[in-house]
Amino acid sequence: MKTTNQRAWLLVLPVLLCVSFSALLPLMTVVNYSVQDIISPTQKVFVGMEWFQSVLRDPDLHGALWRQLLFSAAVLAIQIPLGIGVAQLMPATGWRSSLTLVLLAMPLLIPWNVVGTIWQIFSREDIGLLGHVLTRFGIDYNYTAHSVDAWVTVLLMDVWHWTPLVALLCYAGLRAIPDAYYQAARIDGASRWAVFRFIELPKMRGVLMIAVLLRLMDSFMIYTEPFVLTGGGPGNATTFLSQYLTQKAVGQFDLGPAAAFSLVYFLIILLLCFVLYNYMKQIDAKEVTR
Amino acid sequence: MKSRSSLIATLLLVVYLLFTLAPIYWMVHMSVRSNEAIVGAFAWIPESISLHNFQTIFTDSAWYGGYLNSLIYVVINTLLSVSVALPAAYAFSRYHFVGDKHLFFWLLTNRMTPPAVFLLPFFQLYSTIGLMDTHIAVALAHLVFNVPLAVWILEGFMSAVPKEIDETAYIDGYKFPRFFVKIFVPLIKAGIGVTAFFCFMFSWVELLLARTLTSVNAKPIAATMTRTVSASGMDWGTLAAAGVLTLIPGALVIYFVRHYIAKGFAMGRV
Repeated sequence: MKTTNQRAWLLVLPVLLCVSFSALLPLMTVVNYSVQDIISPTQKVFVGMEWFQSVLRDPDLHGALWRQLLFSAAVLAIQIPLGIGVAQLMPATGWRSSLTLVLLAMPLLIPWNVVGTIWQIFSREDIGLLGHVLTRFGIDYNYTAHSVDAWVTVLLMDVWHWTPLVALLCYAGLRAIPDAYYQAARIDGASRWAVFRFIELPKMRGVLMIAVLLRLMDSFMIYTEPFVLTGGGPGNATTFLSQYLTQKAVGQFDLGPAAAFSLVYFLIILLLCFVLYNYMKQIDAKEVTR
Repeated sequence: MKSRSSLIATLLLVVYLLFTLAPIYWMVHMSVRSNEAIVGAFAWIPESISLHNFQTIFTDSAWYGGYLNSLIYVVINTLLSVSVALPAAYAFSRYHFVGDKHLFFWLLTNRMTPPAVFLLPFFQLYSTIGLMDTHIAVALAHLVFNVPLAVWILEGFMSAVPKEIDETAYIDGYKFPRFFVKIFVPLIKAGIGVTAFFCFMFSWVELLLARTLTSVNAKPIAATMTRTVSASGMDWGTLAAAGVLTLIPGALVIYFVRHYIAKGFAMGRV
């Protein structure tokens, strides 16, 4: 049980100052932009909720939002089980575990613009490894021309890039389970599935919560990689929310509507994470009382 | 039976690692070929190996300077993130206080701001306080997404440490600062290792903020890479070589913290 202690605020204060400094001021500035029509730096007109109304009615935004939701759902549906699976397969000790860890973490360490560029060549059907192999197998694959291919390529790239994050977190969680638990399970004659369901999964809940939330919010804000890989195309098959936002903000120099868009975007991510967070905590509470 | 299932496990792991390594192999492959060869024809293995692209990077101060700049702000950021997150994570894992749950979730919301429009206020803020184009500016800006992550991960590890340890130490006459540094921090080394790796990684690969806040003196490697796009076409080879070199610092970090991750610590939940 935790004890109530208001002085704990003092321990949190440094974090609060650090984060607020770089987070609150920009947020307030964006809120400020979102209710004004900025004609020039000196000429601004207050427009109230007008930008928000036009953003919410924008059909292109709806398109991008649905594509985004589908993408993020696919990301979670693939990466979380795959990450748990990979973590299960990893050797626990010895040089093989060190080697696996270092190799596994590699995709995480490449700057995002390079990730996009490598995949751009890697997936080309004429000069890239992936495209070449797929073509050899007689698959008509061309990510620059077919929208389905482009979408799948972006998803595959994201799976390649971020599954290691989930796997590393789960691996750290698995390694923290004391041997006594496994011994007890062996004595009870528990099946492999029962060990996973009733020992490993509950023990990994903490790290899984972080993994799920991180993957949800980061996939929702994915920008650099698809921008470099496909530029949002062909057509707008891989134009996700942040891509569309950037087109609006940079391409059309519409700071007001772009700021309103950013805030709506931010609130959508916030809402999704909040719902998911509370849902997972509820499951948590239920399992504990059982 | 036992050996057969472990053989299958090894086999599956190897398949996954091959999937992980294939694009990386292609990056190395590109880095030792000339641009004409890269776009010219497909080859399973490079026809000839040339280190020309690496030579370009090691002889041009804009390139190797970019590495140093990135390393400087990433290290500052990682140290700052972990050191402010440690006491906060302790507070969240041990005490109830007014607004604790809201604050905990609020921290994470700072990772959720879409960068495109938020870059402009960041630029204005750091210009106003005169920190533009310094390593400190990037290190501070990256705190926004690294501190929340550090607090979240550390809180998980700390909650796994039994509370009796704290109580015994206090009874023995330890005051909080000495207890925290001498007893508690060594207990959660594993968590600190994992957290440091993630902070390092996220700061190392972040491009948009780092590029916005720097121009010359603190320009990061990822921003230098955008030079490879020019009117005469992409310089694929140099970009791939730079990519290969960006793997090294992070690989070293994970190599050093591997024991902390691998051993875990026999104390229940992470």
